[in-house]
Amino acid sequence: MTLQFAISPDFPPEHIAGWYIFNTWLQRTLDCAIHLQLYDNFNTLRKAIESDRLDLVYANPFDASLLIREKHFMSLARADNLQDEAIILTADQHPARHIEDLCPDTIIAATDVPDIEMMGMIMIEPADLNRDNTQLVTCDNYVMVAKQLLNGEADIGFFLAEAFDSLSDLVKKQLRPLVRSQIQVIHHSLMAGPVLHDRHTALMTLLSTMDTSEKGRGVLDALKISRWIPIDQEDSEFMIDLMDTLMID
Amino acid sequence: MQDMCPRDIVGDYTEHRLRYFDGSQRTVLVSETETPYPEGRLIVSRTDLDGVLTHVNQSFVDMAGYTKQELIGTPHSILRHPDMPRAAFADLWQTVTAGKPWQGYVKNLRKDGGYYWVLATVIPNVRQGRVVSYTSVRRKPSRGKVEEHTALYRKLRMEEDQ
Repeated sequence: MTLQFAISPDFPPEHIAGWYIFNTWLQRTLDCAIHLQLYDNFNTLRKAIESDRLDLVYANPFDASLLIREKHFMSLARADNLQDEAIILTADQHPARHIEDLCPDTIIAATDVPDIEMMGMIMIEPADLNRDNTQLVTCDNYVMVAKQLLNGEADIGFFLAEAFDSLSDLVKKQLRPLVRSQIQVIHHSLMAGPVLHDRHTALMTLLSTMDTSEKGRGVLDALKISRWIPIDQEDSEFMIDLMDTLMID
Repeated sequence: MQDMCPRDIVGDYTEHRLRYFDGSQRTVLVSETETPYPEGRLIVSRTDLDGVLTHVNQSFVDMAGYTKQELIGTPHSILRHPDMPRAAFADLWQTVTAGKPWQGYVKNLRKDGGYYWVLATVIPNVRQGRVVSYTSVRRKPSRGKVEEHTALYRKLRMEEDQ
């Protein structure tokens, strides 16, 4: 039997090779075949989760509730140095200096990454803005979001903070952050489906000790992760509760 | 809960006697100093079924002005401001004990007598079909909503006092 492994579509493109290397390491370590499936967008990933086609998922926090509470997945680990934080930007020439300067009919450029969109929408609430009085333009990637701002086609852009930090200095200089989230408890998680429940503890141990071997460190380097931090079920439940509160308008 | 202490208060203050739902009372000392909501942050806490704090994040600690040790094990109502109408908290408890989420604008009282406004969302935490605790997340409210609720709560308090 080949296990099916999916990565949340919002991973940075430069990490693709790293995930294939991780998958190879996982197959050798577990001594079983694992197929790594990449999805173009969150809708197709969600359909795969809903139709029980996946056994391992590196999941966006937005999918954690569906995976854990409905599909009986168990959390394994999160990356030590990666948290999901959002940043709202304008073009440097835009008149808004603070979130409160934004007006109804603001045009927002964003990707389809659901937790970043949710955090962005929360951070514009102090200007009395919401989905009903703004216009959301969905872009394929963060470079396209930046282009929308620089071309004056959007007023603000929602970015994953890490994605903004990795833009070139030339682009960053032309953009101005209005607000950056500091939530600290929302993160992607590696999760195992019911077929792996009997190997859950062993998997957590393998992941959390990866950084103690040279081979394991090499794999982590390819993923740009310093180490995996084990997550217990209650930590995941807490994050899901938090996400649930944030989804209430 | 202990009465608030004058030496903790910054600036001029007025004294109020609050009565809580469990029948207990506490003297609170209130100043007119507003602490701005910190940009980009969420204030997060969890309580048990009796409203006693079991978890607070750093933003909660920073805004409340108490230490984490002072907060854990204390009723959440330690932050209750006398400008809040009793009806708001009655609605909160009625809603969450019915297993539903509650959202509302709340003026909270700091240890130093000042205050801060939040948009609070409270949800019941369900485990194995049972409500075991409540999670509360606060975010930054708009000034328009703060002004609207300042007036609304003043009216409600006047009605409650009659």
